[in-house]
Amino acid sequence: MNIRRLRRAAVPYPPLLRAIPDPPAVLWLRGEAPPELLERASVAIVGARACSSYGRSVARTLGRELAAAGLVVVSGMARGVDSEAHRGALEAGGITVAVLGCGIDRDYPAAHRDLASRIVERGLIVSEYEAGVEPAPWRFPARNRIIAGLCTATVVVEARERSGALITADFALEDGREVMVVPGEITSSVSAGSNALLRLGATPVTAAADVLEAYGIERVVDLPEPPGGLAGRLFERLAESPASIDELARSSGTAPGDVAAALIELELTGRISEGDGVYRATISR
Amino acid sequence: MLPWPERHRITVNLAPAALRKEGSGFDLPIALALLAGSHQLPPARLLQHACVGELSLDGRVRPVAGTIAVAEGARRAGLTLLLCAAESAPEAALAGIDVVPVRHLAEAVAYLRGEEDIAFASPPGSDELEEPFLPDLAEVRGQERGRRALELAAAGEHNMLLAGPPGTGKTMLGRRLPGILPPLTREEALEVTRIHSVAGTLPMGRPIILTPPFRAPHHGASAAAIVGGGAVPRPGEASLAHRGVLLLDELPEFPRPVLESLRQPLEDGVVSVARVGGHALFPARFRLVATMNLCPCGGRGDPAADCGCSPQRISAYREKVSRALLDRFDLVVAMPRPRAEELAAPPGEASATVRARVVAARERLRDGDVLQRTEAASELLDRAVDRVPLSGRGRARVARVARTIAALAGADAVLPEHLAEALSYRSPVGVPVA
Repeated sequence: MNIRRLRRAAVPYPPLLRAIPDPPAVLWLRGEAPPELLERASVAIVGARACSSYGRSVARTLGRELAAAGLVVVSGMARGVDSEAHRGALEAGGITVAVLGCGIDRDYPAAHRDLASRIVERGLIVSEYEAGVEPAPWRFPARNRIIAGLCTATVVVEARERSGALITADFALEDGREVMVVPGEITSSVSAGSNALLRLGATPVTAAADVLEAYGIERVVDLPEPPGGLAGRLFERLAESPASIDELARSSGTAPGDVAAALIELELTGRISEGDGVYRATISR
Repeated sequence: MLPWPERHRITVNLAPAALRKEGSGFDLPIALALLAGSHQLPPARLLQHACVGELSLDGRVRPVAGTIAVAEGARRAGLTLLLCAAESAPEAALAGIDVVPVRHLAEAVAYLRGEEDIAFASPPGSDELEEPFLPDLAEVRGQERGRRALELAAAGEHNMLLAGPPGTGKTMLGRRLPGILPPLTREEALEVTRIHSVAGTLPMGRPIILTPPFRAPHHGASAAAIVGGGAVPRPGEASLAHRGVLLLDELPEFPRPVLESLRQPLEDGVVSVARVGGHALFPARFRLVATMNLCPCGGRGDPAADCGCSPQRISAYREKVSRALLDRFDLVVAMPRPRAEELAAPPGEASATVRARVVAARERLRDGDVLQRTEAASELLDRAVDRVPLSGRGRARVARVARTIAALAGADAVLPEHLAEALSYRSPVGVPVA
């Protein structure tokens, strides 16, 4: 494990982080990448751990498309939205940074050990805590100030009221950074906090392009041609609302086996995702 | 009137002594030996016969479990005649030995003395056997994907895991798998009958089992009850489901040791039970169908239910099923709750229609090398492995299911669309919720 220490006074200490009210005196880094990686244009993607499958797929898509456009995707490696954002970035072959609320040598939660090892292949894991420090609830809000501090903008995907993601958004606002929010269902408690941010004037995110616009980046990834035939019809149907294979089979008048086969093609090209038997579109076109 | 021998002491020697014996089936042979020893029967004639049966106090001969196994043992030992209770005679006749059915000890004595002739029992003809009632697939409305997976499971002999909220018909589907399996061949039927005879679970009036058995043990069952065991080893549910279907409802509720004990039969098709008195091998080649919810409260996947399970609890619930066991399921199907309109759907295809397709596909699958994977299909598989998490074993499972799909489609080769559908049955559950 390649672990290094970065003092606040050191030259490669990320300038954006140094600008926040209480930057950590020491930053521990894990991974092969140079510390200068943290100076690149970065975007935080944060949200609920117990997110909906909608939140999961949106986080994945944003992670993928923003990383593909060249942004470093920063998050907290927690379950739910955080890990999906990391995974999306990795899928795009992009760079992602995880900020931990525990010792730099810990993979927390343990279920994300594989994810951690993939993150450090090209990106970094960051913590203000030295090796051996146990995870503790009060360390996570402090960790969130680093996530917000490293990035020009923070994107919130599903946040409950009084949740950790809202704390990250608060830090970002205090630091004078952009806060952007993915609109959620108004009836869902997992979106209550994020929708409240929208009411307060946060920028709504309706596509990755909205985030890229804030960075002045033109969309660099061209979507593959829209699929034709059965796959195209199924995709149009899923763009309206999520559905199970049975529902798709009935609405398209096709055998469930053929529907499943067509859906895999859409899944492999990243247009749709599946969770617990329900398929949903991950991009709008 | 058969007088008790005028001896002070009678020794009954059950040789070889090292072999453990139990059961009431020795009543009749001991009684007959006693009579032959006291010259009330011609010993030479008795020695031509194998005997098994329990005696009631009034001398009636009662059937015992495992008579077919005894009959086969007798035949292998070179005997050509078996004396047994009339009730077990048709079953015993299947073993290819001449069976003398007797109702009473006196009848057996009269026969052995040559005073009475008894006609050999004939094995049951398949036409005189009552078809057991199997629930029909036509009763399942909607759930097209589940039905499709069930058909694949039957055609390709795949194990299947159905995951979804309660009340979506997971168990209902699983119970209908035996009805779409091809009927047992004669050898299979004998094998299955022998196991059930030994276990004493042969249904009354049905001396031979011709249809694939179905077993659904409760999750409170012990490992011994599931895979077999006991001081004198007995076949467990896994063996009783041999050549048929073992349904484990609410898979994560089964204790971990029970689930792990199923890995051997799933791998080898046999159960070995080691005991001080030696060890027993029971065949246990069954199709496993398991059901589970998507979360501990069961609400996940049901739009109408408000599932409050935390990610940790969901992970803990799904991790109760080990990776290793999960790897044994070729088909994993998430079954979200159908909407009301689906329940109003017309009845689906009947089991007999589906079974005809299954039989045809099995035939095609037996021609080993006909179903090769096309280059395009292999390319899709490689692309998928890059994109979705798929273990080495997972890759092999997808390839296997793709072959079954091609066989059902009547194709000459495994095409990309077959592989694509197979990919949709890879495991989405069991992996920790991210």
